[in-house]
This record gives sequence, structure tokens and C-alpha cells, in this order.
Amino acid sequence: MLYREAGDFKTSYQDDAQTFPIAFDRYRYYFVLFVAFAVIPFMITEYWEKAVLVPFLVFAIAAMGLNILTGYCGQVSLGTGGFMAVGAYAAYKLMTGFPDLNIFFVVLLAGGVTAGVGLVFGLPSLRIKGFYLAVATLAAQFFLVWLVNKWPWLYNYSASGQITAPERSVLGVSVTGPDVAPWASYLFCLVFVVLLAWLMRNLTRGRIGRQWMAIRDMDIAAEIIGVNPMTAKLTAFALSSFYIGVAGALFFAVYLGAGESESFGILQSFIVLFAIIIGGLGSIFGSFIGAAFMILMPVLLKNVLAGYLGWPTSIATHMEFVIVGALIVVFLILEPHGLAALWRLAKEKLRLWPFPY
Amino acid sequence: MKMTKLALAAAAAMTAATPALADLVIPTLNYRTGPFAPNGIPYADGFSDYLKLLNARDGGVGGVEIRELECETAYNTQKGVECYEATKGEGALVYIPQSTGITYQLIPKASVDEIPVHSIGYGRTSAADGKVFEWIFNYPGTYWDAASILTKHALDMEGGSLEGKNIVLLHHNSAYGREPIRTLEELATKHGFTLSLLPVDSPGQVQNSQWLEIRRSRPDFVFFWGWGVMNQVAIQEAANIRFPMDRFMGVWWSGAETDVLPAGAGADGYKAITWHQPGMDFPIYDDLKAHVYDAGNTSGDGAHIGTVLYNRGLYAAIVTTEAIRKAQEIHGVADITPPMMRDGMEALEITADRWAELGLEDFTGPISISCEDHGAPGVAAIQQWDASAEQWTLVTDFIEPDKDVVDALIVADAAAYAQEQGITPRTCE
Amino acid sequence: MPVELLFALEVILNGLMTGVLYSLVALGFVLIFKASGVFNYAQGIMALFAALTLVGFQDGQIPFAHLINAIFGTDLHYFGWKLPAVLATIFALLVMLGFAILVERLILKHLVNQEPIILFMATIGLGYFMEGMGDLMWGSDIKAMDVGLPKGGSFWWEDVTRTWAAEGTEYWGMYVDVLDVWAAVVAVVLVVALSAFSQYTKAGRALRAVADDHQAALSVGISLRTIWVMTWAIAGLVALVAGIMWGSKSGVQFSLSLIALKALPVLLLGGFTSIPGAIVGGLIIGVGEKLFEFYIGPMIGGATENWFAFMLALVFLVFRPQGLFGDKIIERV
Repeated sequence: MLYREAGDFKTSYQDDAQTFPIAFDRYRYYFVLFVAFAVIPFMITEYWEKAVLVPFLVFAIAAMGLNILTGYCGQVSLGTGGFMAVGAYAAYKLMTGFPDLNIFFVVLLAGGVTAGVGLVFGLPSLRIKGFYLAVATLAAQFFLVWLVNKWPWLYNYSASGQITAPERSVLGVSVTGPDVAPWASYLFCLVFVVLLAWLMRNLTRGRIGRQWMAIRDMDIAAEIIGVNPMTAKLTAFALSSFYIGVAGALFFAVYLGAGESESFGILQSFIVLFAIIIGGLGSIFGSFIGAAFMILMPVLLKNVLAGYLGWPTSIATHMEFVIVGALIVVFLILEPHGLAALWRLAKEKLRLWPFPY
Repeated sequence: MKMTKLALAAAAAMTAATPALADLVIPTLNYRTGPFAPNGIPYADGFSDYLKLLNARDGGVGGVEIRELECETAYNTQKGVECYEATKGEGALVYIPQSTGITYQLIPKASVDEIPVHSIGYGRTSAADGKVFEWIFNYPGTYWDAASILTKHALDMEGGSLEGKNIVLLHHNSAYGREPIRTLEELATKHGFTLSLLPVDSPGQVQNSQWLEIRRSRPDFVFFWGWGVMNQVAIQEAANIRFPMDRFMGVWWSGAETDVLPAGAGADGYKAITWHQPGMDFPIYDDLKAHVYDAGNTSGDGAHIGTVLYNRGLYAAIVTTEAIRKAQEIHGVADITPPMMRDGMEALEITADRWAELGLEDFTGPISISCEDHGAPGVAAIQQWDASAEQWTLVTDFIEPDKDVVDALIVADAAAYAQEQGITPRTCE
Repeated sequence: MPVELLFALEVILNGLMTGVLYSLVALGFVLIFKASGVFNYAQGIMALFAALTLVGFQDGQIPFAHLINAIFGTDLHYFGWKLPAVLATIFALLVMLGFAILVERLILKHLVNQEPIILFMATIGLGYFMEGMGDLMWGSDIKAMDVGLPKGGSFWWEDVTRTWAAEGTEYWGMYVDVLDVWAAVVAVVLVVALSAFSQYTKAGRALRAVADDHQAALSVGISLRTIWVMTWAIAGLVALVAGIMWGSKSGVQFSLSLIALKALPVLLLGGFTSIPGAIVGGLIIGVGEKLFEFYIGPMIGGATENWFAFMLALVFLVFRPQGLFGDKIIERV
């Protein structure tokens, strides 16, 4: 009824190629942006900021980054945690080394540093494929975490190796450090999310994105039709690492405010990988919904089981694992291509509803 | 900045306006799940059993019931932050983070939110400097105290000189495990022993190369900063290579029943530092039995009652509730706020007599906290494991740390933090 | 022999022993990957679960006691009997068999012909599920594993090797953990048994046929589902063995599930599809990481073992992308 294309005419190629060709989708998109930018900042509390929204945004960026590499270019990586560590420590060094540099650029530069590191660890992908590559990227994970632990220069020779984000502000509003208003840190992350999502959308439907997808679908065939696998794979690695580095910088500077090498363990890599597979490989929307599933589901379950139902916390936590695990399996059986595919299916159904024939 | 202050004021006004909250809220950031659960469960049980005892026997503290808000962190920093945000709106009086990672996370935040943080024998060592860390407490001792006490015990065993001796620090390769290095380096130059470091990467299931190295170099002592599965493996490996166990000494987080039991008889003689007595030979256990265990209110399955970590939970609950009592005394209000709690903690004094009154005679040394020193008294004893009786016993008295070395380091590190964060230290007058 | 050389030998020997322990875990991965193309993330958690079940039976623990107590307010913990190790092992094996049937019924059946990454993801879901379930069933406390295996350094070997050192030098013999030796023996028996099973029994041949080509195997009348149950059950057995060996070292606790990470570089090196590869890979990784930790480690700050194994495997893969014994990757357009 509501959701249909009838009467929605396109008069230019530009219209036809837009991201949301259906008017209803477009309005929904504007509505989401409106709520995100103009409504939530006025309602956000510290709990929502620290426990729900900021971690969600940070992991959405990381998931987008990994989706570039795994979803679009077909290279499975388990090194996300290590690259996030690079982003975080780069941000810390830049923040303490150049106190006058605006934090916005610090985050971008941290992403740039990570892109460089990602490029190096992307080199083996030219030879190694599939699960072999996935496990090989664990080398990056463990090596980078070891390195940030072992190289005192990175944490300014502090006794314990802990890094703490100093206070920095954007346009006179502080976004890092202990005394940050919830809306400020939320908006700061949101700006990055929107910018990066926009960038990713345009990259993936352009020349470079098509190259990645050709490599993903079959690299030999892609090579034969003239896609250079080296440039395609390495750009995917570099860009993906850039996103993950930005996520790592935000994770440390805005979300947690302090960090140590252990915060970037293998667990983070898994969470981000799970997020994109659950959400949907090769889908920006999937990155968001997957991050929401992996980050928000435990918080939701915890609040329901331990908070609302009043179960003992340990049982609630074990049940959390049981339920999340069962849900993952159920979703995969229902729709192996992720929640985004489920969503797509629902949209198809909706377009025809209520007259499916 | 003004906005936040306003918002805080508004929030404070709102909480003040709600009269129903006539209870003392203590959030507990427990970890009963995850890789460190075996260490987290006994502590959590002990802590909550004592609060239950107070509620059942005395009706709380000063006539106000205590409400425990249990929140599961699984020793994960992100979950810890979630717990902090979830519970702080409930009027939490004090946070006991139970993890070094979460402590570091909360240090800047809690100082702004004006809620005291109490890291009991872990966390940031230099937080003992109350001038810089107004809201952070880490009594009864720090890792630097522990390192210095272990060295003193080694000195005793060697008849007063460590000249030319060889000490290995086998440590968890993380912020926690690296804490004692600085102190031990100082002590090495002072006493003339050589210190060598053997880091073990988390989780620490495979340590045979470290122990082969120890076997080859035959150090006179091995100091041990381990955590989680690393403890059990290290003790097992030490037993395997037949290292003299009385020369293998762990920090207080590597000296519980769960750490030594899997190694069986091989663990006999292993030593660890502790700041309180193990075991159940205290009158308080009669009260606990009468009011908690027999009433069917035991936390967990009751399997850990009387263990080292259970007693540590009791200890933590006692110093917390005693600080509440002190705060009530100072401010003359029963229903205290977090800033009052801080005053109570800073003025906390538990004498040996008071410990006896609490039903824990000789359980631990007397405590006296001051504005300058948030880490007092820093004394601890050495306990030794008896594998046949399956129990820990104290083998020394409570030992004073080498304050000359430790305090200078604390002041220097705190000053560095103050400079980095732009904090002007208080004067304490 | 000079002491330095003896010491190097000792390091190599211990590396080999550790390598065998890695191989034990890697073996479970290989079995499942070969038969069903599933990269089983849950292998480590299966080892934990199997070990927990074994110890639970041995001590007569009541499953789900914690949950039951919380719901009904009862105070149940133990049945009050203790089972001998052999009996408990058999029961644990039966549980793993039941587990294999359930996995096939509830998960694999529905995911036939999906892409490898989807199947991988399903095992992650399974891993989460079992992690919660294992704790709910048996509690999160640490438990001592005692099935009667000896542990500790071998005196005999120490005495033998002490005589190898040159006269007058200070040398106290070579160290080897008896438990490790046992693990090596068990691993050898296991590999021989598995090879014999797949070579000389009908079921084993069916297994290999499925590993070669699902479709072809189906067309000659082999039931995929039976084979899958079988492989998962065998993987369960391997997980139990690994759980026993590692559990005897560290006690049975959550961290046991993390040993899976130590098996991954072994897989890389040996190839995902080769049983001898898992063994040889394990030995190379074990020796390599110990030697590196000893001779290079101190120069760069130590604790290198976590990443060195992966780096070694990575460098190796660049030259041989399918691992040491992996099937040659043939790509057609």
C-alpha cells in the first residue's frame, strides 16, 4: 500500500541511479537522518550514549570497514582488533604529540596510519586465499597487539602501558576526555558514520567497487577481463583498514577514553566479523544491522533477563550466550545471506502487498 | 562545560527530590562468567554475603538498608563501562571495579561524576597519592607495596642480603603484570640483586619456554604476577620442574585455592602475599551462619566459604560499610551521598580493636586512611599453601613495605599524571 | 656434548612435545573440514565442553544444578557418587555422540550447500551456544582434571641426559614432562587408529569418498547425514582427548576453549585437509616458536609465542598457499 513505485517516475539518469530509487525509502532515509541528528541529541542520556549508541556507531564503522574487505572484495580478515589498536595508538600519539591538532583530523590521520599498516598486511593476500588468508590475518592481529604492548614509545613510556585520552574539543565543544556531554560524543561519532557510509556507498558503486566485486566473485576471471588483482586487493585492504583505524581511534578516544593493548584482542576481530556475516556481506545496511545485533543484543538481553526478569546475573549472562548463539544459527538457517537479505526480502514482499499476484 | 554542570545539578536535584531512595546503593561489578570466573565467584559471594549479614542482623548500616546492585562484567572493560553507566543513576555510593582495565576507565569519569572509586589492591598504583587522585582509593595496598614486601621476605629468607642473587619476575604481559617492574628495578639497585623479566602473553596456557628458562638459569626466587589460567599453569609447571616452591611467590591475585588445587600435591609450599587471613576461624562466621547461610540466603552455591578470595570479598565489604558508617558519623545523616562517602573513606580508621569487634580479630592490619595517603597501610603477610591439608596458612607477620622506595615512585608517577591531565594537586590541610 | 647444545636439544624436545598438543586440537579441525568443508570455530569450545562433561560425571555433579537451584530454590549440587575415570570417559563420549547427532539434525541439515563462510558462521553460533550451555550445565568454577595420567618432569630422562654433558660442567639433565610424553603416545595412537579406520573400514572409505566429492558420494548411495554425524562424533572424541590433555595442565576452566587459537597456525602450515599435515605442522610450530622465544625473544622483549606461530605460517604460505600437505588448489574459470 504505502510502499510502492507506482507514480514514482524518473526523468533523468541521475534519478534512476540514486541510492534509494523508491520515494518511500528516500523519505525513510531522510527521516532516520533527521532523528539521528536532530532528535536523539536532545534525548540522549549517558547510559544510552556509553552503553548503546556510541559503541554501536563505532562498531558500525568497523563493520563497514571489514565489509569493504570481506563483503565486497571477498578477502576474509580476522585482524580487525589489531588494526583498531593501530588506530587507537596512532590517535593517542597524535593527540599527545600535537596538542593543537583538531581531534577531527587526528581521527582521520589515525585512519590513514592504519591504512598504511593494512596495506602491508594485505600483501600476502595476493598469494593466499580463503580460510588460509583468514587465519593468516591473525598474524596481524597478534603481532600488532604484541607490538603496541611492547613498544613503550607508543604509550609515552608510562609505567603500566595504559593510554588515557586527553581532553580535546571541536568548535569549542569537548568530545574526548572525562567531561563530555553525551550529545557531543554521539554527534561526533555520527558525523564520521554518515561521512564514511556516504563515501562507501559511492566507492562501491563506482569503478573501484566493481573491481572489488569482480575479484570477490572469481579472481581469475576478473584478472582475465582486465582487473588488476593487486590494485583491487590492496586498495580494499587500505580502505578497509582506514575505516577500522577510524573506528579504533573513536573506540579509544571517544567511547572508552582509556585503553590498553588487551582492549583490542581477538574478541573484537570476531565481533566485527560476526557482525558483517549476520548483517549481510556486501551491504552497508547489513553493517549497521549486524553491528546492532552484536553490540545491542547482549545489552538488551542483559537488561531484560537480569534487569527486568531479575535473574541472577551469572545465569542471565550464560543465557545471553545461549540465546545469541541460537539466534545466530536460526537467522542463518532462515536467511544465510544475513539480516540485510531478510530485509530485502521483506521489502520485495511489501512492494507487492496486499496483492502478491 | 556549563551545560554539563547544569545537567548534573538538575540530575542531582532530581535524585534528591525522590524520597523513596532511602537506601545505601552499592553496585558490584562482578565477574561470575568468562575466563576469570573462578577467581571472581568467591569474591563476589563473600562481598554479598556480608552485605546480607548486615541487612539481616543490623538492618543495614546506621539503620539504612544496603541495596546491592549486581552487574556482570565478565572482566570485560566494555561491559564494565556499561555497568557503570547503568548503575550510577541509582545513587551508587562507591565503585569497586574489580579489574585494572575498568579502574583505568573509571578514574577520569568518576572524578567528574564525583563518585569515589575503590580499587582494592589493584588498579592504578599512583592513585595512592590522594592529593592528585581525590576520588580514587586503593587501600589497603598497591602492587608496589607487594613487590617491596616480597623482596623483604626474600631478604629474610636469605639472611638479610640479596647481594648477587637472581630474581625472576614472571608476569602477565599486560598493564597489570608490568606494574611491579619499576619498583623491582629500584629495589634491585638498592639490594644488589639482578632482576630478569619473563613476560607471558595472555591467556598464558603455554609457559614451558618460560619455565625451561627458569630451570636453566636457576634463579634464587621467582616472583609471580599472574592472573586467570596463567596461575594454574605456572604453578603446575613449577611443580613439574621441581622448582623449590617456597621460593616461588605470587602476588595476592595469584594465591587462592583455585590457583593451587589443580596442581595437586605439587603445589605444596607455594607462597603468596596477602593482606588478610584465610580460613574460617573467626567469630564473624558464626553470625554469617546464623543470619545468612542457615536462612538459605547464601550467594552462589556456598562452595567457597572461607576461601582466600571469599575472605577478600568479606574484607572489601567490611571496609566499604565501615566507610559508610564513618561518613554517617561525619555528616550526621544516615542516607549519605557519594561525596559524603568519599569523606568517609578518606577518614576511615579501623583499629585492631574494631576488627575484633567486627568478629575478625587479627584478620588484617589496622587501617587508617588520610587525605594524602589513599593507599595506606600497605602492610601484607606471606601465606603458604599446604597441599595435604588443602589450606593456606600465614607464615609471617604483617610486613611493612619499603616506604622510602615506594612512596617516591608514587609521588613521581602521580605528578606525571597530574601534568598530563592538567590537574592541580590538593594541598591536604 | 657442550651444555649449550644440550640445552638447544632440550628446547627442541619440549617444542616437539608442545607441538603434539597443538596437533591434537588441530586434528579435530581437519577431520571436520575434510568431511564437510566446515571450518569449525567451535572446536575449542567442544574440547572445553567435553572436558567439563567428563569431570562432571566423574564427580557426580548434577547438570544444571545452578539453574535448578535458582528456579526452584533447592540446594542441589552433587549426586553423591564418584565415577571411575574410564566410565566417565565413556559417558562423556556418549554425550559427544549425542551432540554430533544434534548438530547434524538441527544445524547442518538445514545448511547443506551453503557457502563455507556461512557454515563457519553457524559454528560460531554453535560456539556461543555451547559456551553458555557448558557453564549452565556444570558451573563456571575451575575443576581439577584427574584421569590417572602421570604428570611432572621425568627423573629417568634427567638422569640419562645428565651423563651426556661434558665432565666437570654444571648440567642437571634434560627436562621433559611425562604428561607430554603421554599426550604424544595418545596422539600417535589416535592418528594410527584414524588412518586405519579410514583405510580399512567401509565407513572410513565412505568418509573419504564424501571428503573427495559430496555429490559423487551421494550418487553412489552414501548417506551424507550419517557421515556428518560420524565426523562430528570423531571430532568430539578428539576434542575430549585434547580437553583431557590440556585440562590436566591447567584445570578445566573457560580458558580451555582458547587453545583453539593455538591450533590455527598448525592448520595453516599443515593444510586444512591433511591429518599428517596437522601432526607435522604442530611439530614445526612447536619447535619454531620455542626456538624463537629462546634465541630471538629476549632481544625484542619476549612473549612472542602468540604471534610468531602465525608469522611463521604466513611466511610459509606465501611460498605454498595450500599449506604443507593441503590439497593443491586448482582454480578454473
